[in-house]
Amino acid sequence: MRPFTYERAASAQAAVKAAAETPGAKFIAGGTNLLDLMKLEIEQPAHLIEVGRLPLAQIEDTAGGGLRIGAMASNSHVAADARVRARYPVLTQAIVAGGSGQLRNKATTGGNLLQRTRCAYFYDTTKPCNKRQPGSGCGALEGLNRNSAIFGASHACIATHPSDMAVALAALDATVETLTPSGEARAFPLIELHRLPGETPDVETHLIPGELITAVVLPPPPEGGQVYRKVRDRASYAAGLASVAVAGGKVAFGAVAHKPWRAAEAEGALAAGASPAEAIATELAQASDNGRNGFKISLIARLGPVAIEEARSKGSRA
Amino acid sequence: MALIEPSSEFFHLGPGLRRDERNSGGVLQTTITVNGEARALDLDPRTTLLDALRETLRLTGTKKGCDHGQCGACTVLVNGMRINSCLSLAVMHDGDRVTTIEGVGTAEKLSPLQQAFLTEDAFQCGYCTPGQICSALGMLDEVAKGWPSQETADLGAPIRLTDDELRERMSGNLCRCSAYPQIVAAIRSVAGPAA
Repeated sequence: MRPFTYERAASAQAAVKAAAETPGAKFIAGGTNLLDLMKLEIEQPAHLIEVGRLPLAQIEDTAGGGLRIGAMASNSHVAADARVRARYPVLTQAIVAGGSGQLRNKATTGGNLLQRTRCAYFYDTTKPCNKRQPGSGCGALEGLNRNSAIFGASHACIATHPSDMAVALAALDATVETLTPSGEARAFPLIELHRLPGETPDVETHLIPGELITAVVLPPPPEGGQVYRKVRDRASYAAGLASVAVAGGKVAFGAVAHKPWRAAEAEGALAAGASPAEAIATELAQASDNGRNGFKISLIARLGPVAIEEARSKGSRA
Repeated sequence: MALIEPSSEFFHLGPGLRRDERNSGGVLQTTITVNGEARALDLDPRTTLLDALRETLRLTGTKKGCDHGQCGACTVLVNGMRINSCLSLAVMHDGDRVTTIEGVGTAEKLSPLQQAFLTEDAFQCGYCTPGQICSALGMLDEVAKGWPSQETADLGAPIRLTDDELRERMSGNLCRCSAYPQIVAAIRSVAGPAA
């Protein structure tokens, strides 16, 4: 691990101020992904700003009938929250489908959103990776790309975003609240947080450098059932090959793109009366096969309709 | 019992590196209450909680397996919650209460779960066992609090700790000797039958 200096921010305002003033600074909350990558020297922050103990861990009702989840709320606490379980079960299901008990106890809501890809070429520092080392090329494009993206990839990067939680949040139309480096609060849809790779896969979000996520806000739960379904190589504690979140008429896919993939085409087709299988097929018309990841297309074609049917069945029983 | 003292130079920094050459961050003072005793530590900020426990405090019951959060051998309880101590910096735990396997029980006075691991023959090499036991203690507390897992079919109902629930909740702890059936039996013997 490369050397770094360390400070504990006294407030969110102090944290963004420190980040703005210190070159090479990164925030650390749970640290489960960042420290893993620092040990591999894939991440080499010159300075760490501890934000995990800031008073941003509350989960509270909003005036509009939704829920505000503080960015430092642990994944375990969010999944176990009685309001989340009762009104946003897709979020609980997605969180407990990711990581292990130990990791969920440590990982935070903000950190989960900002975790980095598990692409093997990103992790292997002997291989080219435009995300790790811009301009070096993409090893996955012609390589072992079984777990690569089928939506929204570029010739520069076909990595996927690994979060389960973010897929549920995308289907729930969540909003992200932040503090900018100049100390101003702003909010934007969660689906606009992450970028597609394009020519700059090293730039993964639309956050301004040094901007701090302070909360995720859920609108009132949508009409209809909710469900999260995930497929992976082993029964537990493994990244997804593909996942589907359904919340009412909203559908999002996980582990298939550089960001949680909101299936807008499928939603439109469903709203127009298409069957779940037809709707999912509409979305998959834009999917691409890079050689070894084409099985994800047929996986989503089966998983998507099952998830939609299951959500409908839960919705009609509610 | 005679123990071979590991060299902290080697274990901390790797060959050929001295502390003052690599650490531009200086030494940070951290106080962690470990197994009920407040311990003041002067640490390179890179020191993980795991390395602070093993190399600085010489509490070598907590094991380093993968050092990347994949095996669970380093599991300890922080303020009662189980975490991977390899994926946390010691300085992040200033003021925290940490329980390691040394604080769970002693050779003279085993905790019920430690005794159950012996009775049920729940290990071969024993390397993953401290992590398994700390993880199981945290897991049983999570069940008592009603926290769901992916095996929980009804998110509104109390948790029924079936074998599927138990196995799912322990999936962050690997056992390469594959003593899994006995580990389940040991935890079951302490947790009682699925309600």
